[in-house]
Amino acid sequence: MPEYQNIFTRVQVRGPAPYPGVPLPADSEPRAGTPRFVHLFGRLGDAQVGPIYLGYTGLLSILFGFIAFEIIGLNMLASVNWDPIQFVRQLFWLALEPPGPQYGLQFPPMREGGWWLVAGFFLTASLLLWWVRTYLRARALGMGTHVAWAFAAAIWLYLVLGFIRPIAMGSWSEAVPFGIFPHLDWTAAFSIRYGNLFYNPFHALSIVFLYGATLLFAMHGATILALGRYGGEREIELTLDRGTAAERGGLFWRWTMGFNATFESIHRWAWWFAVLCPITGGIGILLTGTVVDNWYLWAVDRHFAPAYPQLWAPVADPALLQGAPR
Amino acid sequence: MSSWTNLKIGAAVGALVVTALLLPTFERLPVDTSQNGFRGTAMEHVTNPRLRARTLAANEVPPVLDAADNEGDRASTLYENVQVLGDLSNAQFLRVMLAMTEWVVPQAVRDAGNGCAYCHNIENMASDEVYTKAVSRRMLQMVATINNHPHVGQTGVTCYTCHRGQAVPSEAWSTLPTSRAGLQAPTGQNTPSRAAGGSSLPTDPFTPYLLQDREIRVITANTSLPGYNASSIQQTEWTYALMMHMSTSLGVNCTFCHNSRAFSNWEQSPPQRLTAWHGIRMVREVNMTYIEPLTPLWQANPNGPPEAGPRVARLGPMGDAMKANCTTCHRGLNRPLNGAPMLQDYPELRMVRSSPARSAALAPQ
Repeated sequence: MPEYQNIFTRVQVRGPAPYPGVPLPADSEPRAGTPRFVHLFGRLGDAQVGPIYLGYTGLLSILFGFIAFEIIGLNMLASVNWDPIQFVRQLFWLALEPPGPQYGLQFPPMREGGWWLVAGFFLTASLLLWWVRTYLRARALGMGTHVAWAFAAAIWLYLVLGFIRPIAMGSWSEAVPFGIFPHLDWTAAFSIRYGNLFYNPFHALSIVFLYGATLLFAMHGATILALGRYGGEREIELTLDRGTAAERGGLFWRWTMGFNATFESIHRWAWWFAVLCPITGGIGILLTGTVVDNWYLWAVDRHFAPAYPQLWAPVADPALLQGAPR
Repeated sequence: MSSWTNLKIGAAVGALVVTALLLPTFERLPVDTSQNGFRGTAMEHVTNPRLRARTLAANEVPPVLDAADNEGDRASTLYENVQVLGDLSNAQFLRVMLAMTEWVVPQAVRDAGNGCAYCHNIENMASDEVYTKAVSRRMLQMVATINNHPHVGQTGVTCYTCHRGQAVPSEAWSTLPTSRAGLQAPTGQNTPSRAAGGSSLPTDPFTPYLLQDREIRVITANTSLPGYNASSIQQTEWTYALMMHMSTSLGVNCTFCHNSRAFSNWEQSPPQRLTAWHGIRMVREVNMTYIEPLTPLWQANPNGPPEAGPRVARLGPMGDAMKANCTTCHRGLNRPLNGAPMLQDYPELRMVRSSPARSAALAPQ
């Protein structure tokens, strides 16, 4: 009897022979590869690998993604004078920067941000094609398209940051650089330039949904694992035909916090929290610089930023004094 | 090999990689926090007493030379060609010469008994043929300017505040070489930035802000509405880099000078921000008025004076002067030399004449 009462999976989920999958509609490409079992995969999830269905959307998506990856990588390599050792040492610092503000929305010279636009085009095309793929594959399997729409929420935030907001601001320079540390520096500089993003209510909502989603995920995962000895992992059956696992789980949360989600609704909670994180975040980014230029002052105007007592004599801006040096 | 062995090897390699990444990333405890604003506003100083003790030990003031009386004839009447120290008495004049030798001339040259020859022709002390003498005159005038600047207040500076016994202060900056590749134009950032605390922010925030007077402020000050401020995010990163330089060179957090919830707001800023504002203007004046115009002298003498001692770079890799920034004096402390009022022991440095040099000494000879 397999045992679920452990934080880590101790069961190899595998059938007697690899399962080839349901028959495909007549107009579909065939699935590629012979399915087989991999023990290590079985420790983390399903042991079966393949067969894989790529189709034209998957193939083009991988091709476009590879082109974007190469453009970014080669530009990074060029910025260290094609030195492979420095490329590895400085990899986290390197970046492909968007064009400077002097170019607005024009197409700049390739070496001054043109490559950023080209890489952005291919990366966006790759993401959108992969979205089409998640949608079409869900349809082909007769599933709902919840995964595709959740992915679309993430793509929305990506498009706001790199495409929609820069166009609204009239300058590609407002967009995010491709790079590990540089995109984090961009984030900090973005918040500073626009007067502290923590006073942006949509940023606050986005954080609520981000942390809320992780909290819900932990609560749900813990509940199901804890109900393993009563068959709690058979959530779908228990949604329709409530058994002792569902009853105990629901009772536990009613006792501890007075309210419980159901075996069905908990998945809607999780989906909406996860999806609302990038949706609200994207709204907050889109309003920044286009509608509000200083979130701190915006919050002061709306009596939303508190005033604190000063512990020192206030300092006047020395640049406002007559004859002050620059 | 069984899969268990594989997993164990994998786990061991993973643990090694994580350790190798974590060990140099973090600072060993303890960390002290002290509050410097209203409760709950996160206005606090974070210091590591172990590292601070090390910084303090590296910023000791050298023993003071015996004081000199201000009696008798002036140096300008006793010696030939005394241009900026002519108002000193003989004893004061010789004391300053001795002090400057100890503060600026390299140890090896002093030990060899050639300290005076670092700036003088020993055969004719009045001669201006050694270029370092002309440099010293401007440096003395620069010290006088700094000591009249609101940034330094009554604490004051001496040559030692920057030089620390070295001909070229060990903390100085010069223009950095940029990428030569054709594919990507240099961006001035996205490489480990020594100036900005090892981040990927711009590597040279000094040229625009401490050698030129480019606008540092990027945040809209008086309205929350868009349309009044064209500062870009990239420009913000340059300002950010300058601020990181100030933070690291003073050994303080952002909250030493700013209420970080509203960086631009002066009413909520601690008073230290005003001192720092004057400091930026002071370093600009030092670099623009005093150091940069001396560049031809260093270009004509890239190996230093005849008695130079061990080789020290007089110019940066791009051929420009070694210039000053906040670290040049501060060296990890918010008050250089931990606030020791060294100038009080050297009143001679307040008696420097500001008149321009009489000879053609500023041109390479």
